[in-house]
Amino acid sequence: MEKRDMGKPVLFADMLSSHHDTGSNYLNAKKGFLSWLFTVDHKRIGIMYFVAISVFFLVGGFFALLLRAELMQERIVNATANSYMISADHFNEAFTFHGSIMVFLVIIPSIPATLGNFLLPLMIGAKDVAFPKLNLMSFHIYIVGAIFLVYTIAFGGLDTGWTFYTPYSTETSTSVVAAVFGAFILGFSSILTGLNFIVTVHKMRAPGMTWVRMPLFVWAIYATSVIQVLATPVLAVTLVLVAMERLLGIGIFDSNLGGDPVLFQNFFWFYSHPAVYIMILPAFGVMSELITTHSRKSIFGYKAVAISSIGIAVIGFFVWGHHMFTSGQSALATVFFSFLTYAVAVPTAIKVFSWVATLYKGSISFTTPMCYAFVFLFLFLIGGITGIFLGAISTDVHLHNTYFVVAHFHYVMMGGTLIAWIGAIYHWWPKITGKKYSETWGRISSVVVFLGFNLTFFPQFIMGTRGMPRRYYDYLPEYYNFHVLSTIGSWVLAIGLFIVLFNWLHSIFFGKNESSSNPWKAKTIEWTDTAVVPIEHNFEKQPISTHGPYEFDELVKPVKTGGH
Amino acid sequence: MSAHNHEGEHSKFLAHHFKSMSQQTAAGKLGMWIFMAQELLFFSGLFCAYGFMRFMYPDMVTQGQSSMDWRLGGINSVILLVSSLTMSLCVRSARSNNKAGTVKFLVATMICGLLFLVIKGSEWGMHFHEGYFPGKFFNPVAHAEIQDPLAHIFFGLYYVMTGMHGLHIVVGLGLMTWMLVRANRGEFSSENYVSLENTSLFWHLVDIVWIFLYPLLYLAK
Repeated sequence: MEKRDMGKPVLFADMLSSHHDTGSNYLNAKKGFLSWLFTVDHKRIGIMYFVAISVFFLVGGFFALLLRAELMQERIVNATANSYMISADHFNEAFTFHGSIMVFLVIIPSIPATLGNFLLPLMIGAKDVAFPKLNLMSFHIYIVGAIFLVYTIAFGGLDTGWTFYTPYSTETSTSVVAAVFGAFILGFSSILTGLNFIVTVHKMRAPGMTWVRMPLFVWAIYATSVIQVLATPVLAVTLVLVAMERLLGIGIFDSNLGGDPVLFQNFFWFYSHPAVYIMILPAFGVMSELITTHSRKSIFGYKAVAISSIGIAVIGFFVWGHHMFTSGQSALATVFFSFLTYAVAVPTAIKVFSWVATLYKGSISFTTPMCYAFVFLFLFLIGGITGIFLGAISTDVHLHNTYFVVAHFHYVMMGGTLIAWIGAIYHWWPKITGKKYSETWGRISSVVVFLGFNLTFFPQFIMGTRGMPRRYYDYLPEYYNFHVLSTIGSWVLAIGLFIVLFNWLHSIFFGKNESSSNPWKAKTIEWTDTAVVPIEHNFEKQPISTHGPYEFDELVKPVKTGGH
Repeated sequence: MSAHNHEGEHSKFLAHHFKSMSQQTAAGKLGMWIFMAQELLFFSGLFCAYGFMRFMYPDMVTQGQSSMDWRLGGINSVILLVSSLTMSLCVRSARSNNKAGTVKFLVATMICGLLFLVIKGSEWGMHFHEGYFPGKFFNPVAHAEIQDPLAHIFFGLYYVMTGMHGLHIVVGLGLMTWMLVRANRGEFSSENYVSLENTSLFWHLVDIVWIFLYPLLYLAK
């Protein structure tokens, strides 16, 4: 599998470069497999991440379909563990695999590692990230960690869920140690990427590129990187302690040995709650770019949107206790964590309101990226609001560990981050590949994805409120209809995502060459100061920033006179 | 930054994507400081676990600490403090273009690091001799002072904390070996010293972590 996903870039590169007669660019500057595998060019590293992550996304998605198919079966009376399509144990392994692949290998690196790598230096007018070799090393570490994590399911049958909760993870006979080692390695990759981006933003900006002239995507990636650097090491030490608990039985998490399983939950969520902001903040950054460019309007409240990214990053560190409302946490702590969870909603809402206000009287064009931006707005709104329900202590006691949580999480992570990722790839596709894609199929895919997604996950909200517990392979007959709807939705969603894939592949192999270096007429440096496809060292001459990132001159002004 | 314009267009150590050596140096240093923040968070997890253990089992921790030899720990503290001094002198020598001094102080620092490991290792050896093995292998011999099986928690965490710290010492020694090779090649100068300085920062961090580990594990009864 590793060979295959490493092999792809060569194919891409050959296809792309052979059609280009516009001169040398980063795709055709060097040729051959090794010129990709050991490149220090941030753009090529971004593409390698993209290919690897896409492959893992396919694998994780396959397991999601498998889980949904299992859950569509009607209840068998007097069923044994093996009566269903897949056995209870295999069901546990399948959702563990789906969860850990999607979280650690797909969503966390999705936007920062692909588009962050590709765009960050271009957007701030730098030749590369601050530490190109470290950047390449991060990618290699990512691949090694991925192999470990995939190995655990192929041979070890990990069945703890992606959270590795003790005491089960210290007792199960499956390969927890290999899995936590894989996650530990992936953490290194994440930390080093974050470190690289922070230094790049601080030290590599072009002349004139002040902090308030940075595109909001850069602000979002910066805030993400801060969380990556400060939260991931705590996960690392937690995983070390879990491994030690399993190997030596040091008695820190296992209550049989005198430890405390809730301590594990505290440690784990101290990382993993900020980690959901690692996952969603880059998507916020993408949204600011898409909405401004495709409505040809400056962002409403630039500074508020920029600072709110930092606000989310900071407050996000102090809400981890809301995962433990029902774990015997003290009532006082619970109240504080609930309050802080509400507080996070403030900067998040600032962003959403700013985007909507930006759209107001903008010149909106329904391009494919914009369609995905709308899908994001709608789905993230639902995901965000249901997060408030879960942050409220009394409702959480009822909704905890039900499908409501599953649906909430998928609305923000899949409906938020991954939708923004797809929209962003569509948006920057001409810059990355120098090719055009089918706008028609792009828009169709956004509609199919939108419908399929809601059909899959909306019934899960209802099931959750009616008490359907998560992670069960079998359930009472009253939930059957909802599960059938959800499974049909998963097929529609899969069809939508395959349309996206085929649209991209078609563009690579048969797409027309893009002739404009700035097809969206955007104002950020990566569009205005580079060739159709950037050259190997990004810029012919050092760009100088003289204006903000969203000063659109062709704005269609309302006819009415006299203020706003 | 503009003060360094006299450095000329192309130092051979200047990477292609930086404009000047001063930009490259500043980036390298900032990167290291961020890495150190990451390291602090890593160890803070262990300190939290330790605090939790003390809170849960104060008597057991006191008992476990009675088997620690504060003199050996104290000697090790002095060794690490001295090594921090020699490391700083090493960077200072590099920045004043003194190659012999750089090599000399680097070797001195490495000797201190090795000495630390030897003493720490022999402490572990003494614990093992009493049967204070980590975790489920904890099995005190008949004449051992501590017989309470619960004390395995103290020792478990003690081995993880000092083990993680020792691992950082080993990594630091590895970095210094690499720096030694480069110093012998004469790579370091007042212009190009950032990787040596970063190694030194790492070493100071390892030192500081020990400054907290020592009282927590040996002294604070």
